[in-house]
Amino acid sequence: MRNVFLFIRKYSNFLFFLLLQITALSFLFRYNKYHEAAFMNVAGEFTGSINQRFSKMESYFQLRKINEQLAQENLRLNQMMKENYEMAGGPNKIVSDTVQTDSLRLIRKYVWMGAQVVGSTVNSQVNFLTIHRGALQGVRPNMGVAGPQGIVGQVLNVSDNYASVWTLLNRQFKVVAKLKNGGERGTVEWDGMSPAFVTLKDIPKSAQVKKGDSVVASPTSSMFSGFPLMVGTIEEIVDDKSSNFYTLKVKPSTNFFNIEYVYVIENTQLSEQKHLEDSTRKKFQ
Amino acid sequence: MSELLKNIIRFALFIFVQVFILFKMPPLHRFITPYLYYLYILWLPFSMSRASLMSVAFLFGLSLDYFMHTPGLHAAACVLIAYLRPFVVNMLISQEGADKNYLSPSITSMGWAPYFTYVFVLTLFHHGYLVFLEWMSFGSFLYFIGKVIATTGISMLLVLLTELLFFRKEKFRTNTV
Repeated sequence: MRNVFLFIRKYSNFLFFLLLQITALSFLFRYNKYHEAAFMNVAGEFTGSINQRFSKMESYFQLRKINEQLAQENLRLNQMMKENYEMAGGPNKIVSDTVQTDSLRLIRKYVWMGAQVVGSTVNSQVNFLTIHRGALQGVRPNMGVAGPQGIVGQVLNVSDNYASVWTLLNRQFKVVAKLKNGGERGTVEWDGMSPAFVTLKDIPKSAQVKKGDSVVASPTSSMFSGFPLMVGTIEEIVDDKSSNFYTLKVKPSTNFFNIEYVYVIENTQLSEQKHLEDSTRKKFQ
Repeated sequence: MSELLKNIIRFALFIFVQVFILFKMPPLHRFITPYLYYLYILWLPFSMSRASLMSVAFLFGLSLDYFMHTPGLHAAACVLIAYLRPFVVNMLISQEGADKNYLSPSITSMGWAPYFTYVFVLTLFHHGYLVFLEWMSFGSFLYFIGKVIATTGISMLLVLLTELLFFRKEKFRTNTV
């Protein structure tokens, strides 16, 4: 027994070192797998409020760019207005109202919520945004996040007033996307090389692909609305001879360096869909 | 200003500079990430015990982790260099008893060459461990080697600039101990 105490005393520093290392590493590796909500909850409020003060100041320098982004988005939305499409000779078809109301059924599927970006990283291999909208304002984990120019990422974690969003520039984030022309679906992920490009994988070689084609979010990801949100444009086609699939280098339409405002998209019918999918899976087990 | 207060202010300042200035810069290359924050641990006084050095380093690393959403990554690397610091100081200290006569490691207390060897060795350990942990999740061996070399180079440049801009005058304290 005495020897044990002597040993502990002699190597107390080394043992303390090991203890701290094990604590730090367990934080790191547990976070990667399950991602501890407890870790970020209290601290998320604190770092969020500091980030917010800083971004308030920073956003003054970005006002011109934000205005340009909003003007472009307005232009895009105005182009889609029904009033722009008019046939000579007046209507020849009776169309029922697209906005249906029924108090018993929820017809509205997607709810958009605006949020300000208060913190962002682009330098690391796992990049995040912090937005100033949290659980009290209706944000839940796994909701989709889009910006004025296209999709941004997905909500990973929420505290009371802030939420963390992992962006396309995060090596652990994947999202289903499709080619706007052909509709072939693939997965968008980041290889960690350059923050200016992401990769679109698993597009079959039968697809017609050209440089400059648009890639949009697929509704099968059930995060983004059916209305096709831009992911980016194809920059380079890598033709891997050993595989039946293309690997496409995509330039994201969202500029992650200066993004200031985003929309959180809630899918109100997601729980029903998930419930159905889960119960279907159980039937095979 | 008392040494404790000075170190508390430095703590906040180093985190601020790292998070809001260095990490905000658009990356030049995927191998280059400008790290400077760990200089705080190298500047801590000689008189601190190894256990308290490690505790401070752990807290310091963890507070950076909270901003970067990487719990434990920087904390682990900071604890490693805090543990190794006394060994390196003992090996490199040139004058007899300099660690008693001066407050903390600096160019005045250690001399140019030993001080920069000290910074270089600990920088290499810090970046090596940090990139190694990152490499375990993703990346190749080339990524590991390239990133360690490139970030060490950039960090040494930043440390040199910081030392020249904020030259710390160290008082020689005789008849101590």
